[in-house]
Amino acid sequence: PAGALRSTPSSTPGTTRGMVQDPTQFDVLVMPNLYGDILSDLCAGLIGGLGVTPSGNIGANGVAIFESVHGTAPDIAGLDLANPTALLLSGVMMLRHMGLHQYAAKIQTACFDTIKEKKVLTKDLGGNSKCSEFTTEICRRVQDLA
Amino acid sequence: MAAHSAVLSVSRIINPIWGRHLGNTVKVFGTTLTSHRNKTLHVPPPAKYGGRHTVTLIPGDGIGPELLSHVVEVFRFSCVPVDFEVVHVNSALEAEDDIDNAITAIRRNGVALKGNIETKHTMPPSMKSRNNLLRTSLDLYANVMHCQSLPGVQTRHRNIDIMIIRENTEGEYSSLEHESVSGVVECLKIITRSNSLRIAEYAFQLAREKGRRRVTAVHKANIMKLGDGLFLQCCREVASGYPDITFDSMIVDNTTMQLVSKPQQFDVMVMPNLYGNVVSNVCAGLVGGPGLVPGANYGRDYAVFETATRNTGKSVAGKNIANPTAMLLASCMMLDHLKLYNYANLIRNAVLTTMNETRLHTADLGGQGTTSEVVQSIMRIIQSKGQLTADI
Repeated sequence: PAGALRSTPSSTPGTTRGMVQDPTQFDVLVMPNLYGDILSDLCAGLIGGLGVTPSGNIGANGVAIFESVHGTAPDIAGLDLANPTALLLSGVMMLRHMGLHQYAAKIQTACFDTIKEKKVLTKDLGGNSKCSEFTTEICRRVQDLA
Repeated sequence: MAAHSAVLSVSRIINPIWGRHLGNTVKVFGTTLTSHRNKTLHVPPPAKYGGRHTVTLIPGDGIGPELLSHVVEVFRFSCVPVDFEVVHVNSALEAEDDIDNAITAIRRNGVALKGNIETKHTMPPSMKSRNNLLRTSLDLYANVMHCQSLPGVQTRHRNIDIMIIRENTEGEYSSLEHESVSGVVECLKIITRSNSLRIAEYAFQLAREKGRRRVTAVHKANIMKLGDGLFLQCCREVASGYPDITFDSMIVDNTTMQLVSKPQQFDVMVMPNLYGNVVSNVCAGLVGGPGLVPGANYGRDYAVFETATRNTGKSVAGKNIANPTAMLLASCMMLDHLKLYNYANLIRNAVLTTMNETRLHTADLGGQGTTSEVVQSIMRIIQSKGQLTADI
């Protein structure tokens, strides 16, 4: 409910410092463009990097583009090595935006559980599975959750 | 011109590192250059009489006054030959008399130690930040912060040793904003070639002096092509004169990400004002928090020392729980600047021993010590070194 929301202005440097020392104190942050650029990358670094960070760009009338924040990684393109998590979770954000919450929840749970179990992980997360193997594992979990 | 080159040759004899640049203004860090005979440079004479230095002290707001009183206490106890000229600045007044007095006092003494002066959001936009006024009036163009992991402080990342050099006078802090159309504000970010060259020069000189291997320029030149592009260009130009030091650059958002995942990769970093603010706070957080890191602001003629993260600490003021480390280490940097190296090392070692060996920590580090307990411990360690001390 709107009445339960509390808003606190916080200076950017204080926030970045707080983010490094205790990121759990933060919930939702809203800010202008440049600070957002800096803080979103900082937070991506805190949660494991660009390979796992989803994002969405929301416009008027529900128009939106969802994307992973990492680059094109030409050195590993086409080798079945990339971590699909960032783009997958961006897809989950998209499903939520479209109101398809159940599908979103299922895919997210499957993805998180796969990562948590640490058996099938891509190289950037410390494992040596292929992208397709990681994806297959998530699909298997989705089926089990159905 | 002859007098200028005479000063350069004098400075080259006295201090070969600083005298090497022809055509640049001779760099003077506070009162180190001895050419007060040469009136054309208008180098202010040091505020030293009878072997005692006079230093301006600005208590500021929040925890500033109590932390600085501890510095005064430790100095008095250790018989440091420094006298403080206290100048109060009332942040609630719109008139600029207070800050003008403070600036005049610093011009007179050359060196200052200060707490942060609060910039209330409720004041009208025409009222400039007092801290900013001080920095720009005295042209304290370089803000230097040295972030080091301390053995006695638990942090996620270890072995951090980063020097951050931040341009201190222009950039996003030029206070040039206007609202030509209601609801549309334009803010000017100023980047000049001369200030960018100056800060880059400072960074490389400092890196060489401290034996550091790498300087990284932090920027956002892919978006601010002219502004940060100019800054980066100036850094590259200066870098070409220092082939022994590796130069690279990194975009600011990637920098913060790298800092929170692999901070050990950084050595010396140089950047414009706002990024410097953000990066220094991130680094302060990485090594243990705002209570630990001292900061220094250097100009050609003046030097002002304070805590690196410049916060007023209102939430912990007056409760005897603030961490005195940052301010005490800042005062040691000031003593180094005044060439009172023995006193600087004495106090610094006592502070670090309390931090790392005795492990008496204040609340911000997860400990239970009060500010006064930490200060008492520091003074006891100073006393145990056998040097002349006053009574506790």
